Amino acid sequence: MPAIRTTPADTAPGPQAFLAAQTRWRLVEILFWLALLSPFFLLPTYLTLASQIAITALFALSVDLILGYAGIITLGHALFFGIGAYTAGLVAKWGWGEAISGLVLAALAAGFVGYVTGFIITRVHHLALIMITLGLGLVAVEAANSASWLTGGADGLQGVRMWKLLGTFEFDLWGYSAYGYSLGALFVFFLISRRIVHSPFGLSLRGIRENLDRMPAIGAPSRARLHKIYVISAAMAGVAGALLAQTTETVSLETLGFQRSADVVIMLILGGTGRLYGGIVGAIIFMIARDQLADMNPQYWYFWIGLLLVAVVLFLSNGILGGLDRLLPRRRGDA
Amino acid sequence: MTTQIVGILFDGLAFGMLLFVLSVGLSVTLGLMNFINLAHGSFAMIGGYVTLTLMREGGWPFLATLPAAFVITALISVAFERTLFRRLYRSTALNQVLLTIGLVFVSAAIAAYFYGTVQQPIQVPDYLRGSHEIAGVSFATYRLFLLVVALFLVALLIGGLEYTRFGARIRAAVDDQRMARGLGIDVDSVFAVTFALGSGLAGLGGALAIEIVGLDPSFGFHYLVFMLIVVAVGGLGSVGGSFAAAALLGIFDVAGKYYVPALGSFLIYIVLIVLLFVRPRGLFGKR
Repeated sequence: MPAIRTTPADTAPGPQAFLAAQTRWRLVEILFWLALLSPFFLLPTYLTLASQIAITALFALSVDLILGYAGIITLGHALFFGIGAYTAGLVAKWGWGEAISGLVLAALAAGFVGYVTGFIITRVHHLALIMITLGLGLVAVEAANSASWLTGGADGLQGVRMWKLLGTFEFDLWGYSAYGYSLGALFVFFLISRRIVHSPFGLSLRGIRENLDRMPAIGAPSRARLHKIYVISAAMAGVAGALLAQTTETVSLETLGFQRSADVVIMLILGGTGRLYGGIVGAIIFMIARDQLADMNPQYWYFWIGLLLVAVVLFLSNGILGGLDRLLPRRRGDA
Repeated sequence: MTTQIVGILFDGLAFGMLLFVLSVGLSVTLGLMNFINLAHGSFAMIGGYVTLTLMREGGWPFLATLPAAFVITALISVAFERTLFRRLYRSTALNQVLLTIGLVFVSAAIAAYFYGTVQQPIQVPDYLRGSHEIAGVSFATYRLFLLVVALFLVALLIGGLEYTRFGARIRAAVDDQRMARGLGIDVDSVFAVTFALGSGLAGLGGALAIEIVGLDPSFGFHYLVFMLIVVAVGGLGSVGGSFAAAALLGIFDVAGKYYVPALGSFLIYIVLIVLLFVRPRGLFGKR
């Protein structure tokens, strides 16, 4: 929280300077992104997992934009993840295996659905909001399940064949291309998100999160702004889904499922909401823990997840990153 | 044809009554504290397992386990309310959702640990089995029993809320918490008691539900969606609203599965979304 200073108003930094200070890259961030390259050299056998983590992190980032920054609680964001996955999967199945254009189409499809559902989402709050996001997600699962001629139903979408990425890199079994591709996409969308949240638009979202009714009074139309970020977030979730479809060359109903919607929120809370890196850190921890405990009965895995959730809510309300912030000495201009 | 329709209406109504018993407590506590308690379904599950354990291990008769399911669930829930939930009354909806979802996960895992993940059937007594034939339509005895129990509870709840001093306090607190506090009503203890009663009803519902929908560790989650639909459609804090919404949902669900099985649960979710969009406060919501 940088703005708490006792300087008189005339010497306080102007809004431009405030935003510029927030957008400055810090050393920790650069090291963080460099560290994400290390699996290529250190853990080449885990690249497939690393790719899944990058995809999940992108999904978590998209949820952070609406949940962490704009305060829209969603329990159905897998809707957009799944739409992106099915779009990319179907396009590839029908003979167009080019990856990047597949991502664009997936983003458009998910963004369009986000635009349509956004009219509902931005008009309801509290319990009704949670119920509607949940309901939309469940409707999508049912629809995909009954449209099995298109989606393959419960068996999943088979026959997705990707061309070489950018005409050069084969999607191999080891996951070199997959991880490079997913990480690249994550980074690009991270840059976009970083730009968004540090823009005046991003600031106004935080204002809307804190007080929905007061923001229009200072010239920020709450609904329109929420609608905009919802569409952006939906498109990003669609890209994440498309990445999963393209790198695994299959799409299952599970991409749309409630479990995915809930898991991503859990990751986000674990890492810390409203801080961009929260979703990424949460996704890394969650996915690695799940991989390590894979032989554990899923029922018991969720026991620990549940306990963790309770603990985070009670003792660490800003997530792991928030907790770190409190432990480390406070620095000037932290994001 | 008519007998078929009557049969479906009856089955739907019975299922709806089950949903009503399960969810009415959630409706009142949500209306009172605005606390989104997703663990309500887990309390119902506890009631189910109480009945199961008492019948199997203790050899209790089914009817005798029902009050036990109510009381034990109420006690457990109030322990949670006093230690965990009350810390979050002023917190964000997100924190409430997360804490209670965490409890759902934990309770499901604990249930799986002790009882396994398979469905646990119980043996209801003979006089609740079979069916009665009235005017050519056969009514399952257990469903008739459900209907009677639910109607009795509705009478009890509405009577209690409308005509007792404690009910007046609850209504005052639901309507305007601040004002109620100002008038010297101890809203916190009113809430604790209401919470215990509501969760106890859920426990009773869980016990009653075993015969109709079975019992396994996913119960708390699976029926949560139904409960939330009832609450959201019925409107917060309204017993009558919950009753109507539960009846409608039950009939819709049974009829939908019977006549258009291809649509599955699709129809219910669509109806839910449209309803909430048009009336975010629920069909019978006051505010």
